[in-house]
Amino acid sequence: MSTKKIIYLDHAATTPLAPEVLERMLPYLKSDFGNAGSIHTKGQSAKNAVESARRKVAEILWCEPQEIIFTSGGSESDNLALRGTLKKGDHLIISAVEHPAVLQTAEALEKEGVELTKIPVERNGILKVGKVQKAIRRNTTLISIMLANNEIGTLQPVREIGKFLQKNHPEILLHTDAVQAGGILNLDVRHLKVDLLSLSAHKFYGPKGIGVLFAKSKVKLKPQISGGHQENGIRAGTENVAGIVGAAAALDLAEKNREKESIRITKLRDYFIKKVLREIPKAQLNGDPKIRLPGNANFSFYGVEGESILLRLDFTGIAASTGSACASGSLEPSYVLQSLKIPHEWLHGSIRFSLGKSTGKQELDQVVTELKKIIRDLRELSPLFE
Amino acid sequence: MNDWPYSEIVKKHFLHPQNFLRDGEKFTADGVGEVGSPACGDVMKMWIQIKNDRITDLRWKTFGCASALAATSMLSKMVLEKKGMKIADALKITPKDILKRLGGLPQNKIHCSVLGDKALRAAIENYREQKGAPKKDTPKIICSCLGVSERELDLAIAAGDRTFEEFQKRTKAGTGCGRCIEKIKKMLAEKIDEYSDKSCCDFCQKKCPQKK
Repeated sequence: MSTKKIIYLDHAATTPLAPEVLERMLPYLKSDFGNAGSIHTKGQSAKNAVESARRKVAEILWCEPQEIIFTSGGSESDNLALRGTLKKGDHLIISAVEHPAVLQTAEALEKEGVELTKIPVERNGILKVGKVQKAIRRNTTLISIMLANNEIGTLQPVREIGKFLQKNHPEILLHTDAVQAGGILNLDVRHLKVDLLSLSAHKFYGPKGIGVLFAKSKVKLKPQISGGHQENGIRAGTENVAGIVGAAAALDLAEKNREKESIRITKLRDYFIKKVLREIPKAQLNGDPKIRLPGNANFSFYGVEGESILLRLDFTGIAASTGSACASGSLEPSYVLQSLKIPHEWLHGSIRFSLGKSTGKQELDQVVTELKKIIRDLRELSPLFE
Repeated sequence: MNDWPYSEIVKKHFLHPQNFLRDGEKFTADGVGEVGSPACGDVMKMWIQIKNDRITDLRWKTFGCASALAATSMLSKMVLEKKGMKIADALKITPKDILKRLGGLPQNKIHCSVLGDKALRAAIENYREQKGAPKKDTPKIICSCLGVSERELDLAIAAGDRTFEEFQKRTKAGTGCGRCIEKIKKMLAEKIDEYSDKSCCDFCQKKCPQKK
């Protein structure tokens, strides 16, 4: 591999572990290796670390420590939220642009006899609260709407849905997949008015393989992994102590800088979007221009294919992501972009740039320069651009 | 450590494609062919020049992923080697030949390489029509992403295919957008049904005592 500096603009995929988080984790990978279930000193030291992490996460989410369940990641949290609350004959409402962890779990549950309604989004990628309200039936038990979309970054009106439910249907549970929002948006569950919320630590500079599910104490979750008393009997398995410590440390660190960093990244994003749309002809931004994650810029470029753009970018040392069919491994372009009703000539040429801690203005300028050249080259090859 | 998902040859052709039609370039073509559709994510267009039954020059344009671009570039190189290929030989090029020259492609990318030869064939067909050759019955396309015709389905059934999966393995039909799969499954079932109404004697060319 070359040693040239990589411009990493794929923070929505994952983020690097923050050095100060690693420092906090190290003791639990080395000397403090005890099992949190053991009664001896080493065990109790691990248990204390886990419980202190739980309190820290609860503090940031404004909930009780016993309402925090540590899991193996965002996908497990989503699975537990859905499978743990739904049974045959129940009705579940989700948005059509949920992450596969929710979408495919919902579809699997549908095969097991759960009724499923998928609410389509508008052309800006946001769903209308009214459509959710109308979809409610007598047997609706859970509504699961993501806080921010992983591809186009658009924010969903979760709080508005929460408010409506609190007033009109307090018996219906509200879950939000907040994986993309962790460390970036306000996660106060009282403000969001949600009963369940999923997080994944590696999206906010924490370690991979560790997630969080907030479940209000009134929610009776059916365990999906059995065989132990851990996590209040809801999630069996020896605690991932270093991971749990890392997740809490990372969330704490992100929360401390959250508002300042959010303003900085939003400014950079808007600068980048404006520059790309100004300098590259036939380019469009996907998703709402303002109601989106601070760091998300998802573009479509007419007449070129996303994987080609992505690989050319990679050769110049720029890491991004695409929703094109050729890159997904499936043969279909992203269902999220399809739901925005983007024409095919645009749909296949989508690129997601997700900004983060390491992103600066100078790098974004460099990306625009390279991108401009790459799109021009690929369009010269494209029969759609004669 | 190899961080690049494709072979070095694919990489070379993707980064430095050969023989594509540059913007503003004047190229007088004796035949033009275009296959694919934006819906499937792949479109290929090919322009050819013919002298004495040889393809002496060609240009192409491709909308597609790295594999598709590299495959078209490689095909153009193969055709133009040794002063240009004879039309008859060019018609024999298969996706397999292109794949071999590319040093292979990842399994889920193989469908990206199968349009190039079809675009070339379409260009040759176009040239022949202009030359006044009787227009062949335009084959009815049943999978537009990969340009698979109904005739290919008939031939596949004759060769023994009985399931869609077998047919797909042979032709890659339905590996693009996939919208044709149900239609082809239905056609396949109808055709097999149609065949089974007849005895094998209806197809047999040989003279034999059993033939009624």
